[in-house]
Amino acid sequence: MDALTLARLQFAVTTVYHFFFVPLTLGLSILVAIMETLYVQSGQDVYKQMTKFWGKLFIINFAMGVVTGIVQEFQFGMNWSEYSRYVGDIFGAPLAIEALLAFFLESTFLGVWIFGWDKLSKKVHATAIWLVAISSNLSALWILIANSFMQQPVGYEIINGRAQMNDFFALILNPNIWTQFPHVVSSGLSTAAFFILGISAFHLLRAASNHDMHRRSFQIAAIIGTLAVIGVIMTGHSQAQHMVETQPMKMAAAEALWDTESPAAMSLFTVGNEKERRDVFAIRIPRLLSLLAYNQLNGTVKGINELQEEFTAQYGPGNYVPPVAVSYWSFRLMVGAGMLMLLAAIYALFLTMGEEVGSKSPRLLKFFPYLIALPYLANTTGWLLTELGRAPWVVYGLMKMEDAVSINVGIGALWTTLIGFTLLYGVLMVADLYLLVKYARKNSSKPLSQKSGEAAISLAGD
Amino acid sequence: MDLNTLWFILITVLYVGFFVLEGFDFGVGILLPILGKDDKTRRMIINTIGPHWDGNEVWLLTAGGASFAAFPHWYATMFSGFYLPLFLLLVALIIRGVAFEFRSKDENPLWRKTWDWAIFVGSLLPPLLLGVAFANIVKGVPIDANMTYTGGFFNLLNPYALIAGLTSVVIFTVYGGLFLSLKTTGKLHDSAISLIKKAGPVSAAFIIALVIATYLSTDITAQLGINPGMIPVGAALAILAAGAFFNQQRQGWAFTMTAVAISLSVISLFEILFPRVMVSSTSADFSLTIYNASSSPYTLRVMTIVALTLVPFVLIYQGWSYWVFRQRITEKSVLEY
Repeated sequence: MDALTLARLQFAVTTVYHFFFVPLTLGLSILVAIMETLYVQSGQDVYKQMTKFWGKLFIINFAMGVVTGIVQEFQFGMNWSEYSRYVGDIFGAPLAIEALLAFFLESTFLGVWIFGWDKLSKKVHATAIWLVAISSNLSALWILIANSFMQQPVGYEIINGRAQMNDFFALILNPNIWTQFPHVVSSGLSTAAFFILGISAFHLLRAASNHDMHRRSFQIAAIIGTLAVIGVIMTGHSQAQHMVETQPMKMAAAEALWDTESPAAMSLFTVGNEKERRDVFAIRIPRLLSLLAYNQLNGTVKGINELQEEFTAQYGPGNYVPPVAVSYWSFRLMVGAGMLMLLAAIYALFLTMGEEVGSKSPRLLKFFPYLIALPYLANTTGWLLTELGRAPWVVYGLMKMEDAVSINVGIGALWTTLIGFTLLYGVLMVADLYLLVKYARKNSSKPLSQKSGEAAISLAGD
Repeated sequence: MDLNTLWFILITVLYVGFFVLEGFDFGVGILLPILGKDDKTRRMIINTIGPHWDGNEVWLLTAGGASFAAFPHWYATMFSGFYLPLFLLLVALIIRGVAFEFRSKDENPLWRKTWDWAIFVGSLLPPLLLGVAFANIVKGVPIDANMTYTGGFFNLLNPYALIAGLTSVVIFTVYGGLFLSLKTTGKLHDSAISLIKKAGPVSAAFIIALVIATYLSTDITAQLGINPGMIPVGAALAILAAGAFFNQQRQGWAFTMTAVAISLSVISLFEILFPRVMVSSTSADFSLTIYNASSSPYTLRVMTIVALTLVPFVLIYQGWSYWVFRQRITEKSVLEY
């Protein structure tokens, strides 16, 4: 493998791994903050148990997100030094602001929150977790501002062969952020909601668990989850429309649309030949892609062949086609997982309408623990499409990946770090999952009331 | 003063913040297997820094982010050039951070032992590697006309860099010991004191060696003159004061003076460097400076406004968090970690 491939592989490994933990941090911080607020307002002990139970899982996950985030900040300089030189003027600023504005706040107040239960008043303690929640999401905002520049460069000019910032407000008001940030925040909330739904469902089906707490957790997660999944789908839709406008090649790859169509059909299932750029087998629905792209049944969606010609004319000879099969299947897996999540969330909401969660149909409740995988699948494939679909560009239209990689880092060094990170991350994943499962199964405390006990028996016998 | 100079100062401040704060929690981590003879003691040791280590570490990440924003060529040259040491630094920080959160969440002795070693190694390596890195930055490394590091891994392991790395390990160990003596009572407190009694003279010897090596290996006399000025001299005086206070059993002042000495040493290092940010041993013309490595004036202006607005708040709430957890850890304390 050459240096570029190794550097890209390392970026993929470290970033996908990092983003395995981030969405849960983003969403669960907000949900734990809501739980503690309920505790402060109601004074009911069950909400304190709830805050502590989910808070423990939050912390285990948070630690992994933080430490893998350090790698993210360092590897631009390590593996992508030419990229860092070229866009440092613009790209470094949001990263530094993220550290100053969000990272300090998040880590300081998380420490205060974990260790401050008996040192602070209830209100100040709840404020600490709100600050963690707000700063985690602010952190995501600044990272996405940086990423948005790579997707849609704005607020810059090229001087002496480097991109220089000339409009900070254009950078932070990049139109790409308005679809990307809400999409990421709502997918964080969906991830947390499904995490809670799955674990609470497990406890609700187990006689010995604290049913009162898990019923309420399930209820909160069902409400937030439904809203969040609807949010994900709506913002995802506007993101796709934005993509048609700003990165048509990514959309064409995500659809395996070889030639321009007007109106454009959408593929339900395509087996294609990527080399020859043709379908081997395809099921397509007429006009649907035009509808998705423009909210109407007409409209031209450009195909890969035409875009390749356009790019060649504009930027010179080269291959401007991203990996089509990965883009196509990532897109389908993401959307498919999202649709299943919508159904599951609405079903969960429906369950909470009744008197006892699960008493109507505990058989289906059994599936919720498995559904935790869905948001993870959607989060990962979503980013695969976003980043791979931009190929060959590292900054869209400005810099190609092959020009971005460090010139003085040898193959041996790249292999060392790639293998090192992969092994380390593998071991840590095992330890993390072990702890998450251990604490997720833990019975936070015995059922408080007789009523919960009866419910447990009725559930178990159903 | 131009913005380039201001950003050089701001990054100095960030590194001072990092070494002064994370310095003692690295030290506490190094002392974990030495002073922590049983699990309860080890937990007490970790809990002294429990609420703070993560916030302290952010100073380093901010310094990295700030050099990316203000001096992108510095960031690019240093991070791609010091590739393997930085990889080791990342591994150390990763296992350390995870270990704090994970070690007490399971009873299994092997589990705890493993993470305790991770804390030890993760606390020992960063001061060693950062000492090596900064010594090389000041001493000079091969950098060509295109600002690209042309040396290898072993170029970085020269005697001067190793002395600097070991000195920083020893100083932070003593500094961590002083912190422990302030944050604990009873046996643990006493064992920290007796350890400093042994380690103090060792660290003094290392400091003297480092000072001599600095005169031999860097262009300090050309940069600062034969009389290096107030700041390096102040650092030396602060070290002496720290020793004197410690001998009078005034650990609070000994700790403060060590913090002052560390701050002034970091500032001295940047003084020797100024206005360069990385010295090229290939040719003085190829050194990276605050001018040829910097961002555009526009970016520097934006970042100045942002930093000067935010840093005071950071200082206030981090200071407040130390106030909240000002009590000593005793055997009866609730141990979260």
